Amino acid sequence: MANFDLTQKYEFSSSAKRWSIIMILLGVATVAFGLMSGNADRTFANLLLNSYYMTGICVAGLFFIAVQFVANAGWSTSLIRVPSAFSTVLPWAGLILVAVVGAGLATGHLYQNWANPALTDHNSPEFSELIKGKSGYLNTPFFMIRIVGFLLVWSLFMRVLRKYTLNEDLVGGLLNYNKSIKISAIFLVVFGFTSAIFAFDVIMSLEAKWFSTMFAWYNFAALWVCGLATMALTIILLKEKGYFGWVNESHMHDLGKFIFAFSIFWTYVWFSQFLLIYYANLPEESVYFQERWSDHYFIWFCLNIAINFVAPVLILMSRDSKRNFKMMKIVTILILCGHWLDYYMMIMPGTMGEKSGFGIIEIGTTVGFIGTFAYLMLNSLSKEPLVPKNHPFLNESLHHEI
Amino acid sequence: MSKVKYILGHFDDPDVMMSGIDQLQKSNIAIEDVFTPFPIHGIENKLGVKRSRLPIAAFCFGLLGTITAFTMVYYMLVIDWPMNIGGKPAFAFPDFIPVMFELTVLFAAYGMVFTFFYVNHLFPGRAPRVMDLRATNDRFVIAIDASLNDINSVDAVLKEAGAIEIKHNERKYISYDEE
Repeated sequence: MANFDLTQKYEFSSSAKRWSIIMILLGVATVAFGLMSGNADRTFANLLLNSYYMTGICVAGLFFIAVQFVANAGWSTSLIRVPSAFSTVLPWAGLILVAVVGAGLATGHLYQNWANPALTDHNSPEFSELIKGKSGYLNTPFFMIRIVGFLLVWSLFMRVLRKYTLNEDLVGGLLNYNKSIKISAIFLVVFGFTSAIFAFDVIMSLEAKWFSTMFAWYNFAALWVCGLATMALTIILLKEKGYFGWVNESHMHDLGKFIFAFSIFWTYVWFSQFLLIYYANLPEESVYFQERWSDHYFIWFCLNIAINFVAPVLILMSRDSKRNFKMMKIVTILILCGHWLDYYMMIMPGTMGEKSGFGIIEIGTTVGFIGTFAYLMLNSLSKEPLVPKNHPFLNESLHHEI
Repeated sequence: MSKVKYILGHFDDPDVMMSGIDQLQKSNIAIEDVFTPFPIHGIENKLGVKRSRLPIAAFCFGLLGTITAFTMVYYMLVIDWPMNIGGKPAFAFPDFIPVMFELTVLFAAYGMVFTFFYVNHLFPGRAPRVMDLRATNDRFVIAIDASLNDINSVDAVLKEAGAIEIKHNERKYISYDEE
């Protein structure tokens, strides 16, 4: 076995910095253009999509770390600093999400299916008994409190776990590891409930009259697959640049299995939601798929399943492709695009209806968010060594072979 | 012509046995198989054991399950006894999927188990065939085909590698019934 430089640190190169800043500027320019050119609704829908996507990836990083601690997993130790870097971006991603949601509510461009005061005003012609009945839960102050609260709580868990892993680098021993397990277990319980309500609030309430309990798991599956795919892609790209020499095919195999399994889990939940609504055929439920079955969306509806289910199943089923870095790179990019489309299918019919499209605003905003995530994440990654050198399972991970 | 068919080198330590494999391979002695009480990391690569083809069987059985389920449900609900369920057409494909999924899993799982039993000659009433009983207990056994190698030189290499016992078997398998 080759000797690896375990003190290796990621150096945030000036070209990576330059490119991510260019992407951020492109994103800011697109958003400004979108708001100026009378496409405010569409711009806000895109901002919501991307900030929700980014928050999901960051919190998936935290979730990954917590799962590894609670499962006493050893294989992932040598690459755990990547999800750890994702999780440090969580407060920033949360800040952007809260800003987008807050601005959207304040300017009346988001959540108009329940936040519009006319809907709960008895004297208004638009008054809706249904929305009035939900207004004890779906009202702007409580809504903002929940979203800010969840993001704050998750960020606090991130800070504590991050503190433990950095402290472990300094003092060694098992103390920080044991404390991490405890805090991870608490986080998983908290996250299990809060992530469900978070998905109901941020996305499902866009179509306030519609409801599905499956939606929580559907969104969790999406954010988890996206997080895993981003992790794998980040590691592959960094490995191409000469970092992570110790990450071998077996690590990639495990990540590939995760991505494969949770792509199927995503489909399972997606289909469970779909089948029950299709079968029961209740008008207040089936309206959701009626919208997505229209001529305007149907092709994207089908493409969503093709990219996020058929492609990972067929490509990642074989062991060889999971162990092939080039193949994994293609698949993870495909899945990340696919889940962008999945979020698009969740958000656009409820906000833009038949007027949604795919153009400069969609591309520009996404590019801006990719740049933001890359900049913040790589900046955080460059601060600490790439390996937690005192982690008790480090040796197991370096010798990982399956 | 000697009646010895197989030479079995017994080791009591997995690391010694692994280096024994190296020495045998260095002396160009073909190893028939190795039997150990527990799995040993990296031994497949060392012996050049090909990957199991069980996943291929699983895939084929799974596909068979999907086709069976589709055919069955299609025959029942579309051809033989069409029913009006919630105003849906008789051929309402989403309704088929859970059954197709379940039978795929069922066929793949049972198919894999039975393929495994068949390949390993494990079926009810059949005494398991082993080359050495202690390989399931406390010995690490390297088996060498005597007809392909010179017995004396194999013995010498095994002894030098640290084998604690060398057996010359005149039959390939012994069965539990005999001891």
